[in-house]
Amino acid sequence: MPDLPPFVLFYLAALAAAVLPQRPRQLLMLAVPIVGGLVLLQLPADLLIRVTFMDMVLEPLRNDRLSQLFGILFHIGAFIGIVFSLHVPERSQHVAALLYAGSALGAVFAGDLLTLFVFWEMLALSSVFLIFANRTERAWSAGMRYLVIQVISGVLLLAGALILYRQNGSLGFNHIGLQGAGGVLIFIAFGIKCAFPLLHNWLTDAYPEATPTGTVFLSAFTTKVAVYALARGFAGTEALVYIGATMTCFPIFYAVIENDLRRVLAYSMINQIGFMVVGIGLGTALAMNGAIAHAFNDVIFKGLLMMSMGAVLHMTGRINGSDLGGLYKSMPVTTTLCIIGAASISAFPLFSGFVSKSMVMVAVLEEGHPVVWLALLFASAGVFHHAGIKIPFFAFFAHDSGIRTTEPPLNMLAAMGIAAILCVFIGTYPWTLYGLLPFAVDYAPFDGSHILAQIQLLVFSAAAFAWLKVSGIYPPELHSTNLDVEWLYRRLAPNWLRRSTAGLDRFRHILMQGSHRAGRGLMRQILHHYGPEGTLARSWPTGSMVLWVAVLLAASLMLYYL
Amino acid sequence: MQEKTHIFDNPKNVKRVLWALVVVCVLTIGADFVYHRHVVHPWEGLWGFYAFYGFVACVVLVLLAKEMRKLLMRGEDYYDRDA
Repeated sequence: MPDLPPFVLFYLAALAAAVLPQRPRQLLMLAVPIVGGLVLLQLPADLLIRVTFMDMVLEPLRNDRLSQLFGILFHIGAFIGIVFSLHVPERSQHVAALLYAGSALGAVFAGDLLTLFVFWEMLALSSVFLIFANRTERAWSAGMRYLVIQVISGVLLLAGALILYRQNGSLGFNHIGLQGAGGVLIFIAFGIKCAFPLLHNWLTDAYPEATPTGTVFLSAFTTKVAVYALARGFAGTEALVYIGATMTCFPIFYAVIENDLRRVLAYSMINQIGFMVVGIGLGTALAMNGAIAHAFNDVIFKGLLMMSMGAVLHMTGRINGSDLGGLYKSMPVTTTLCIIGAASISAFPLFSGFVSKSMVMVAVLEEGHPVVWLALLFASAGVFHHAGIKIPFFAFFAHDSGIRTTEPPLNMLAAMGIAAILCVFIGTYPWTLYGLLPFAVDYAPFDGSHILAQIQLLVFSAAAFAWLKVSGIYPPELHSTNLDVEWLYRRLAPNWLRRSTAGLDRFRHILMQGSHRAGRGLMRQILHHYGPEGTLARSWPTGSMVLWVAVLLAASLMLYYL
Repeated sequence: MQEKTHIFDNPKNVKRVLWALVVVCVLTIGADFVYHRHVVHPWEGLWGFYAFYGFVACVVLVLLAKEMRKLLMRGEDYYDRDA
């Protein structure tokens, strides 16, 4: 069998899923990530496929350790998402999900920037249907905003790639760095997809508006492709350390006061990506390993949390913390699985987050960034607070909302179960994951000092939550919208545009009046001079003409004699 | 049919959980007396550093977030309404 780029299987399956009836379609969808994963593992290491297209050398398949790790991760993520969404009758969602997963694979195996660009845009075009599929007014407009911002990211990437092509004569996607306009444009393009501060709002705007199953796919691919791209193109770029530290800190404030629990998870996602971005910015072997391992774990534990909230939304039709509570009584299995996800994202020892985040933390201190380290530690306490405690607490415990439901369909439970098993497996036996990382791992995760320090941090954070809650200081969950950067383009800019077009109207009115008045004045002047009574309209007598000719002739005669 | 009572319907059990948390807190911070954590940075080596930092971080986080609400919170339909 020839070496196929991994996206091909998913794209073909998407075509087939568009026509197959339900049963065979379900079987096909389950088979694709499994077969694709096996094919991927058979690909020779450091394989490179080159094609020439219009004098440009393209590399649709480059298989090195970094690509392979993300390839394996996306197959796992796709499998979990497919199992979770198996019951969904709508064909379009499945087609979109398969195309989306395929595009993510296409992007991480792209060896050149043009191929990357194509899949970069395909990610946006396919995933937006998972948002539209919710078929609400809000989902529609959030999806449109999402699409516009994603396409802008793609355009910047293309512009940057073309500038680099002119400079270097090559489209190869390797280390780029921030030198030159091309590098900066690509950095911003990656930054948009990676949800850098101020460029982040599309994520928290759109993800919570997708379908309960769609959000699971969304949380797995787009941002992780961006993390991969940063790791490939901008490792060791110091600005990323500070950008990443900001990303870990500011979203947790929003997460504390946000009511929509899927939006809480979206903010928490930016916080987790922040840790990865810091690691990539440091660029050392330990930091890169930590960042990439954390991306791997994040797809699984954030997927698990998104699935548990998707299950709650699917069963109760509600997702706001203020409307939920007490669900542990009717959804004990979902509750348990959600708590496993919460423990993993909070980096409890023996759960997956611990074995990867601690690598980044240690690297930050070793590279001499104590202030950044304090920020990340603050964010670590904060993530436990808002994702580790808040999510399970307000959904499943808190006050009893009176909602009585049942556990979600079996396929949803199975998908969450697989993710939970992976969280615990990686958390207790991280060496399989460590073996996949791009650099050799010389790091002992289960060290007494680390474990004790992390447990102290977490239990005292829990104590703070308990104290604030018991003493009534903790802010209640309220139906609300919290203003974020999106206010600029959802409120300020439209208002400004409306106001300035109103101003333009006034200006046009003044201009019209002025020109009318000027026109009338001009007409009067013309009539005055050229009208029937006007001076210039009089006929000239021939005699005066002859006189003037005589004067001119006399003058020229005089000049001649002089 | 009377619904069966669940574990946290009994306030005593909630109390028990809170007490268990207190015990765990005391145990882990007490461990700093007997176990010498090796550190990369001197701040880490301070007694109970992680415990205090975690507690203070969460309290500060929540208090600041509460203040943020005054500035940033709008009605749920804020963006749906016309300006």
